[in-house]
Amino acid sequence: MASVILVENLSKKYLIGHQRQELYTNLHDVIAQGVSRSLKKLAHPFSKAKDDPAHEEFWALKDVSFDIQQGDRVGIIGRNGAGKSTLLKILSRITEPTSGKVSIRGRVASLLEVGTGFHPELTGRENIYLNGAILGMSKADIKKKFDKIIAFAEVERFLDTPVKRYSSGMYVRLAFAVAAHLEPDIMIIDEVLAVGDAQFQKKCLGKMEEVGADGRTVLFVSHSLPMVSSLCTKAILLDAGQVVKAGAASDVVSFYTKGDSGAEINFQSRKIGDEYAQLLSVSILDPSGVAVTQIIINQEVRVAVTFEVLQDSERELLPRLDFMMDGGRYAFVSFAAAKMQRYKPGKYKAICRVPANFLNQVTYFIGFGLVSYEPTKILHFHEHSACSFDVIDPLIDVPTRTRGMPMNDFPGAVRPVLDWDVEKLG
Amino acid sequence: MSATQQVLIIESGRSERHYWRDLWGFRELLFFLAWRDILVRYKQTTIGIVWALGRPLITMLVFTLVFSKLAKLPSEGVPYPILVFAALLPWQFFSSGFSGAGDSLISNAGVISKVYFSRLVIPASAVIVSFVDFLISGLILVGLMAWYGFAPNLRIFTLPLFIFVAFAAAMGAGLWIAALNVKYRDFRIIVPIVVQLGLYISPVGFSSAIVPEQWRLLYSLNPMVGVIDGFRWAILGGNAQLYWPGFLLSLILVMVMLFTGIAYFRKTEKTFTDII
Repeated sequence: MASVILVENLSKKYLIGHQRQELYTNLHDVIAQGVSRSLKKLAHPFSKAKDDPAHEEFWALKDVSFDIQQGDRVGIIGRNGAGKSTLLKILSRITEPTSGKVSIRGRVASLLEVGTGFHPELTGRENIYLNGAILGMSKADIKKKFDKIIAFAEVERFLDTPVKRYSSGMYVRLAFAVAAHLEPDIMIIDEVLAVGDAQFQKKCLGKMEEVGADGRTVLFVSHSLPMVSSLCTKAILLDAGQVVKAGAASDVVSFYTKGDSGAEINFQSRKIGDEYAQLLSVSILDPSGVAVTQIIINQEVRVAVTFEVLQDSERELLPRLDFMMDGGRYAFVSFAAAKMQRYKPGKYKAICRVPANFLNQVTYFIGFGLVSYEPTKILHFHEHSACSFDVIDPLIDVPTRTRGMPMNDFPGAVRPVLDWDVEKLG
Repeated sequence: MSATQQVLIIESGRSERHYWRDLWGFRELLFFLAWRDILVRYKQTTIGIVWALGRPLITMLVFTLVFSKLAKLPSEGVPYPILVFAALLPWQFFSSGFSGAGDSLISNAGVISKVYFSRLVIPASAVIVSFVDFLISGLILVGLMAWYGFAPNLRIFTLPLFIFVAFAAAMGAGLWIAALNVKYRDFRIIVPIVVQLGLYISPVGFSSAIVPEQWRLLYSLNPMVGVIDGFRWAILGGNAQLYWPGFLLSLILVMVMLFTGIAYFRKTEKTFTDII
């Protein structure tokens, strides 16, 4: 069968400037990095312009090649920053590659977000037309499918209500319904199913399977490994902008999870750090000291980080851990203030213990940084998404209860067990 | 899969072979976006699109009062409100189209970074929104002419030509600003200043006949001078004179602006999502 998507040696380079960095770091850190680079410049005045703080090169994708056959349902997996979104953006023609080539046969529709172009002031009906047009449907096409769309979205009664008055569930349903009726040859989907209630997710999955069964090709990016292994026939694992493994979905998914839990995440080959200190590895340990990717909510979590101090200096190093949630929101940050000291050259292992019954039932992404303040602030390194782990609540065998009734989600970054007193008055 | 299905090649620096055909394919989106902007602007207002009449009407009254009654400038033998309004129409079309187009990429950044379509559609739809406003405020002119019993002569049929020039001017300047705005937000601050100054250095509140003869060609370096004089020439009939060398100069400048604007936009559009 012919390839519908052929990707050859695809690379994408970003020049990271100050503007881009503040997405992830605060101004302090940016300035600190600037200072650190200027110091580096002073130390090595003839080094290349790569050290220019305003233009740091970053390869989001490097030499990626693969091909996709007609009718394949392909899952693209990898940790945050692996290059998944960049790949989708290139395939969707939103951004252009730095080098390499992609050949696509057939009409592509990409859904990188639910409800792109929805306007809150417009009614459901108006938004169907607008969103359809943005996604590339003709007016006649939308008219023809209009009834199917509203039936799928279950919003008949609210067609002439501005979508700003919709519940978030209705909004998502309507947005997905429009996209689901595009009927392209190739469909590219990014995490859209991460929203909506369970019942609607099921419906969307059904629709996607239907799309695949029609002989259309589906590309699906997800953090949810169970979803990829159940929905896709093939998978591609990206890491640091490169294809690590491609093949049958079940093989790639099991490779990915084994690669995660079997050992710690190793950074030695990537040289994260400066001339003072470098990051070596990060791992999540369960109470028995085994590296894991899942922790039960009533277990203590240990984040273990190894780093190497490269030179004897006056600098007092301060380790810092970031706990971030999906979408890059910070849950909290912890500084090892009591351990801020001079470190002799050598390898060190830092362990941060997060008490049991403290974290919420979500996925946390761990960032680790090392900073020193005297004589000037230097951020030696700051790896934003070094690793991730899921906190799960099996609902049984959890003696310390934070929940009264079983329900799906607790809002918030943490879900601590706290002391309560309730007394009868008078 | 049919053998006739065309293959799309994505490569760095590859110029779109089907750029204009692509754009044509998105013509419906062009009107949907314009329709959205007009619809949204008047949502939850009580008198709705009637507001489109408000601004030009008030500007016209103020200009008539200041330039005719206070400054006592000559009116070329036509009622001063008509003289002002014939110029205000293209000026407001140009200024709102140009600043709307200039801002359009940034205000649609969310859509641009998530969906592919011909990027040219976005500034073009902003100019079309202004064109709709232009047509609506054109009704005021018709009303004024009826009120003063002023009938245009055959020259009125050349008006579409001048409308086209105004369109090209708004589009050309808008494309430049839109593309520059993506990288340098300074233009968000510069554009309102240009628009505000432009209203006074363009012959909107007065006739360009009051500019001394030896300065007319220099004055026509402002491309809106040619457009506005053209509008007056077409609408006011026998009373208005058109300074042809100046008009041609303006016309050339407008066309240069349009073509360089398109070229610059095409050159930069692929990097929009990386820096917006």
